[in-house]
Amino acid sequence: MKQVIAPIVVITIVVIMAVHLFHRPELPNLSELQLKQKFAVKHVPSVDHSQFDALKKDFATPQEVTEACLSCHNQRHIEVMASSHWNWERVSYVEGRGIERVGKSNVINNFCIGSNANEQACSKCHIGFGMTNNLYDFNNARNVDCMVCHDKSEEYIKGASAAGYPDRSVNLQKVAQSVGKPGNYNCGACHFYGGGGNNVKHGDLEDALLACDREVDVHMAANGINMSCVDCHTADRHQIKGKLYSVSSSHENRLSCEDCHTGTPHLDRMLNLHTASVACQTCHIPTYAKVNATKMAWRWSDAGHLMDGKPYHEVDSLGNEVYLSIKGSFEWATNVQPDYFWFNGHARHYILGDTIGSFPLKVNDLLGSATDRESKIYPVKVHQGDQIYDPNTMLLIQPKLWSATKGDSAFWMDFNWHEAAMAGMKRVGLPYSGEYDFIETEMFWPVNHMVAPKEKALACNDCHVRENGRLASLTGFYLPGRDRHAGLNFLGKLMLIGALAGVLIHAFARFFTALKSEEINKNL
Amino acid sequence: MQRVYIYRRFERFWHWSQAMLIFFLALTGFEVHDSIHLFGYEKAVHYHRVASWMLLTLIAFSIFWHFTTGEWKQYIPSFSKFSAQIRYYTIGMFKGEPHPTHKTARNKLNPLQAITYLGFKLVMAPLIVVTGLLYMFYRTIDANQMVIISDIPLEVIAFLHTLGAYLILMFAIIHVYMTTTGSTPLSNIKAMLTGYEDLDESNERQSKDTSILNQHEDEK
Repeated sequence: MKQVIAPIVVITIVVIMAVHLFHRPELPNLSELQLKQKFAVKHVPSVDHSQFDALKKDFATPQEVTEACLSCHNQRHIEVMASSHWNWERVSYVEGRGIERVGKSNVINNFCIGSNANEQACSKCHIGFGMTNNLYDFNNARNVDCMVCHDKSEEYIKGASAAGYPDRSVNLQKVAQSVGKPGNYNCGACHFYGGGGNNVKHGDLEDALLACDREVDVHMAANGINMSCVDCHTADRHQIKGKLYSVSSSHENRLSCEDCHTGTPHLDRMLNLHTASVACQTCHIPTYAKVNATKMAWRWSDAGHLMDGKPYHEVDSLGNEVYLSIKGSFEWATNVQPDYFWFNGHARHYILGDTIGSFPLKVNDLLGSATDRESKIYPVKVHQGDQIYDPNTMLLIQPKLWSATKGDSAFWMDFNWHEAAMAGMKRVGLPYSGEYDFIETEMFWPVNHMVAPKEKALACNDCHVRENGRLASLTGFYLPGRDRHAGLNFLGKLMLIGALAGVLIHAFARFFTALKSEEINKNL
Repeated sequence: MQRVYIYRRFERFWHWSQAMLIFFLALTGFEVHDSIHLFGYEKAVHYHRVASWMLLTLIAFSIFWHFTTGEWKQYIPSFSKFSAQIRYYTIGMFKGEPHPTHKTARNKLNPLQAITYLGFKLVMAPLIVVTGLLYMFYRTIDANQMVIISDIPLEVIAFLHTLGAYLILMFAIIHVYMTTTGSTPLSNIKAMLTGYEDLDESNERQSKDTSILNQHEDEK
């Protein structure tokens, strides 16, 4: 018996050890607690601007406010005027193109197309005053708009189609006296409403973030750590960290989750291994546009229909505009599952004057692949659409959309594509053959915000699953659970079935021969 | 017939714990392969890792045991009665012929067993262990963000690891069945549990050796 008991005892001990290993209580994540501690302490202004004499006066123009700011902060304008918020472009090295100036001034987007010829309207989101055309003086410090970012009264708004000037209703003195560290309201004024409405462009940046709960965004939640944009998007000498690849190209001055959370933020080693090739956002932002809808498609080819000779619009049951005579037809969606792409931090753009090379045309192209060590899998909003182009020159057309008056070739006034194309292309100095058509276009927006609580993050089998996984469309690498060698699987099954069948046949044969020999023995 | 102490304590412990680990690893492994659903993917991965380290430890001990006891010599295949053994399994046993080889403590394995187990130890086990380790450390980043293994495609590693798993499972099916071909269907399993088996000790020299072994065991 001793020989039986001893192994049983040993095996029992091994089993108990195994159970102990499998059931470990969850440990506190100290680095996460430290971060919470750090950002729980909120910024307190060190000065009260309302007490400064320089600001105790009636400002007739916003430029006078800027002059007052610069009377103390007398070097800051240099920093601001070196920023992409001011210049609307960055100089960067782009793979396959060389050194390029890339930015709002020369790329095409999949929404309102481009700012050229429409500056007076588009410059509502320029941190300056008076951009009415492409002859803007980027060296005039008086036109720097300090208030749009630093206003804490939440009263400052830019006027509609007012070339970047504030709305006439704004009390400049009150705004000037209330300046401070930028809040979410300030950043959101442009970054929430780009493309002509709330959440139109990004899908993960919208005004619901001004007061949301943890389910929407763990960082900005009012009932959570309540962080502000600039807690992460820090600014060294007015160069704000982070960029988005709708307008940016190169892998520099990027902001990433790892900057705070490190590359190995999980207590689970297995999860930490993922960070080598999977971006944090991929698992932690399972859906975007969690509150309000975001635009998923925009078809310019439908624009221009009139009702009784007048432009009209249609709204769906949720209040989203699905048709506008001036802009075309739209598709909206909420709680969208992102698409996933390998991305290494570099992007290529269609820049005005480029020849169209592919259908559908990618107006921006995220670079990267499974074999590139710098690449990780990122969640991306893919925005579909179509845009006007010249089938003879194979150039995208920058149309003139906006004008204050009719008869100025602006499409939004006259609804004549030909005139708008001619005026726009003339303005950017590109040829127009006189013929136009529409081309399918795509735009790629990496999703970075609306981080879900960790319980809502993706689980293993959202990706590690044979069919319909989140990464089903990504190729070039082996994903356990999703991929298998079909031949080996067939062979393996054959081997196992063969072995089973073999032993069963052998067993039956033994059984029957045994029966037979028993019978023979009996008969004998 | 004589009651002989044939499988010693460590050997039995090694055999049964290895068997359990192999079946557990197969269950969890095929869940990672998305062939079955049992523990959930995350737990399956975790259990597979823990069990694999247990198996590696066990293998380390068993290698030590095989060499220190000289038991490794059991696996040297002899071809003298090879065809006779095949004939027995395919024809002889149905005619009621006796086993062509005799099991003794010094010669536990028939020629067919010896070559199969040698294959297990030299091909299947190394295949699954080496590819398992490569899989485990694949694209692992250490504190300095260094990539340790990434030049061998994961696809190749996973292919070989899965191949090893199929081979071992096939081995296990046949192995379990073959245990029933002893003097009675359960005699071999009983022997692996208790260590003792009733053997026909026809060879005097071997009989003497086993009695020495038994004596040694009794002294303990």
